Amino acid sequence: MLGNGIILECRDLRKTYGDRVAVNGVSFSIRRGETYGLLGPNGAGKTTTISMICGLLERDGGTVVVDGKPMSPSAVDAKAVIGYVPQDLAIYPDLSARENLRFFGQLYGLSGKTLSARVDEVLEVIGLADRANDRADSFSGGMKRRLNIGIGMLHSPRLLVLDEPTVGVDPQSRNAILDTVDTLGGQGIAVLYTTQYMEEAERLCDRVGIIDEGRLKAEGTRRELVALVGQRDRIALSAQGDLEATARAVSALDGVEQVNRHEGGLDLFVKDARRMLPQLLSTVANAGASVSAVEVVEPNLEAVFLHLTGKALRD
Amino acid sequence: MRAALVIAFKDLRQRLRDRSLLIFGILAPLGLTLILNSVLGGTDGSFMPKLAVFDEDQSEVSRTFVEDVLGQLVTEGYVEVTPAASAEDAENLAEKGDVSAAVIVPAGFGQAVNSGQPAEVRVVGNPDSPIGRDIARSIVDDYVREVNGVRLAVALVAGSGGEASDPAGLAQKAVQMPSPVTLNLAESEDRQLDTKTYVAAGMAVFFLFFTVRAGVMSLLEERRQGTLARLLAAPISSTTIVVGKSLASFGFGLLSMAALVIASTVLLDAHWGDPIGVAALSIAAVIAAMGITSLVASVAKTEEQAVGISSTVAVVLGTLGGSFFPVSQGPAFLAKISLISPHGWLLRGFGDLAGGGGVGDVVGAVLAVLAFGVVTGGIAVLMLRSRGIAR
Repeated sequence: MLGNGIILECRDLRKTYGDRVAVNGVSFSIRRGETYGLLGPNGAGKTTTISMICGLLERDGGTVVVDGKPMSPSAVDAKAVIGYVPQDLAIYPDLSARENLRFFGQLYGLSGKTLSARVDEVLEVIGLADRANDRADSFSGGMKRRLNIGIGMLHSPRLLVLDEPTVGVDPQSRNAILDTVDTLGGQGIAVLYTTQYMEEAERLCDRVGIIDEGRLKAEGTRRELVALVGQRDRIALSAQGDLEATARAVSALDGVEQVNRHEGGLDLFVKDARRMLPQLLSTVANAGASVSAVEVVEPNLEAVFLHLTGKALRD
Repeated sequence: MRAALVIAFKDLRQRLRDRSLLIFGILAPLGLTLILNSVLGGTDGSFMPKLAVFDEDQSEVSRTFVEDVLGQLVTEGYVEVTPAASAEDAENLAEKGDVSAAVIVPAGFGQAVNSGQPAEVRVVGNPDSPIGRDIARSIVDDYVREVNGVRLAVALVAGSGGEASDPAGLAQKAVQMPSPVTLNLAESEDRQLDTKTYVAAGMAVFFLFFTVRAGVMSLLEERRQGTLARLLAAPISSTTIVVGKSLASFGFGLLSMAALVIASTVLLDAHWGDPIGVAALSIAAVIAAMGITSLVASVAKTEEQAVGISSTVAVVLGTLGGSFFPVSQGPAFLAKISLISPHGWLLRGFGDLAGGGGVGDVVGAVLAVLAFGVVTGGIAVLMLRSRGIAR
C-alpha cells in the first residue's frame, strides 16, 4: 500500500485517439476504505480513465500505481488487487451464475473450498443464491447487473472499480446495487465508482472528482466542492411564536448569511447547516419560538457541475 | 498454464452446451459421410466401373481382349462387364448412365492388327462418370500397347529372317515392351482411398474448419459480449488468453477428427490405415485449420464478417483440395492445384496410409499441412499483436 493508506494513485493520465484527447492530465488518489466517485456526463473520459487504471488500455502518459504496484496491461500483480466491473454486462449468458463466478474466481487464483465458499458468499450478497444454478440468460436485467458486480467482488479485491453499474437498471435493482456498494466501504474495500448520476455520487461517495472533456475539473468531499463554488445550505424552519424576534436572534449567529421570514416559519441561508443546526435550534427556543419541522437543503453536485462546466450533467 | 486450461475448459463447456461441437464436429460430417457414401453406392468400399462391351469384330484378337483381358479384370473384381447387343446398344447404355463407359471393338480390328494396319477400339464414356471412363480408356490403352508390342516383336522376328534366330535378343526386347494389361490403382504417387474412407476423410477435413472456427472465433465473441475486457483485467497475460483459446480449438478439432475416424471405421468399415500416421495427419490438419481460421479472424472487422469469410475459405479450400470429389481422378492440373490447399495434402496423405503406407510415407504431407498452419497462424499472431486484442 502507498503512504497514508492510499491504494490507488493516478498522476497526469493522458490518452488520445487520433486528434481527439480523451483524457488530459487526470490525477487523483483513493485511500483504503474510501469510495471515490468520478462524476461526469457521457464522453467525459470516465471509462477511458478506468480502462487505464485497470490495465486494459496503454496510457499515452502519466502513471498509475495500485497498492504500490505500477499498473500496465502486462502488470499481473497490480491487476490482482483490482476487481473490475465494466459498464456493459460482462458475463457468459450460457453459463449459470455459479459457473460464471467460479470461472472468474479461478482466473484470480481461487480454488477448492476457498473458491466454493467465496462463490456462496457472493451469491448471497448479490441476492442470487436461489438462482445460482440457472443460466445467466434466464435472468432479468437487474439480476444480470448484480451478477456482473458479484464477479468483480469475488476475489475480495482491495480496490473495486465500477464503471456506471446502474445504467439501464430498474429502480429496485438500482437500489440493491447501491446498497451493495454502500456496504463495501465499511468492509475496508476502496471503491472507484463512475457515474453520471449526481444522486448516486452524493449517496455513495466520500469524495468526488468532477470530470469533463477529459479533465478533472475539481475534486473533494461534497461539502468541499460546494464550498468551492460558493454555494450555501438552506434551512427551512417551520415554527410558531415571535418569529420577528427569532429572526433577529438567528441573524446574529456566526455563519448565518441571510434570514427570510414568512408565514409559518423562517428560511435561513447558512455556510454549514449540519454543523450549526444544534446552536440554531437552541437560539430559536430561547427566542420564544417553537419549531415543528426542520428541513436542511444542501446545494447538490448538479449545481457544482453546472458552475464548473457551464452545462448540466445530462447534456 | 492453469489459467489457460481454465479458459479452455470453459470454452469446451460452452461449445458442448450450445451443441456447435456436436453438430459441426461430429453430426454434420458423419451424416454427410453416410449420405454421400450411400449415393456413391460403395457398399464394399470400392468404386467398380461398369462397362458395356460389344465385340463387332469377333476375331481371335478381339476375343482375346474381351474374354482374356476384360475377363481377368472381372474375375479380379476391378470392373463389371455387361455384354451389349450392338454398338448402338452399348452407346445408349453409356449415354443413359447405366454403365460408366461403352467399349466397342469394331469390325476389322483383328485383321488390321494382323496386317500391321492402324487399329482402334472405341470408348464412349458416360459424362457423369469420368472415373469409369478413364479406367476404360486405361484398359484399352494398355491392351493396344500390348498389341503393338506383339506386332513389333513379330516385325523383329520377320526382320531377322523369319525365324527366332536370336531368342535372347527378342526376349530382351520383349522385356522392354509394356507389361500385360494392368490397372494403375495403387502406385505410390496417387494411391486412392476407398470410397467410404475417402468420403469420411473429405468430410472430416472439410468440417474441421468449422469445428475449429468455434474456438478461434470465441475471442471475437468474448469481445462482443464484453467478457474480453474482464479477461484482460484479470491477473493473467494476454498470451494466456490466446493459449487457452488455442487449446480449446485444438481440443475441438482433435475430438472431431477422432470421432469421425472411429465412427466411420465402426459404422462404414472405413480403412484409415496406420493409426500413428492418421494421428499425425489429424494433428497437422487441426493446426492448419486453426492457423487459417485465425488469420481470417485477425483480418475480419466483425464476428459476422469473420464467420462469412471463414466459411467461404473453408468451401474453396475444401473444393480445391478434393473434399467433395477426388481431384486426383480428374485432369492432372486439378491434382496439382489441389496441393495449394491443406485438404489436398491431407487427402493425399490419408490415401497413402490407406494404401498401406506408414507414418514415414506421410511425413511430406504432414510437414506441408503444418506449414499452412504455422505460416497463416504466425501472420495472424502478428496481426493480432499489431492491432491489440483489446481494441
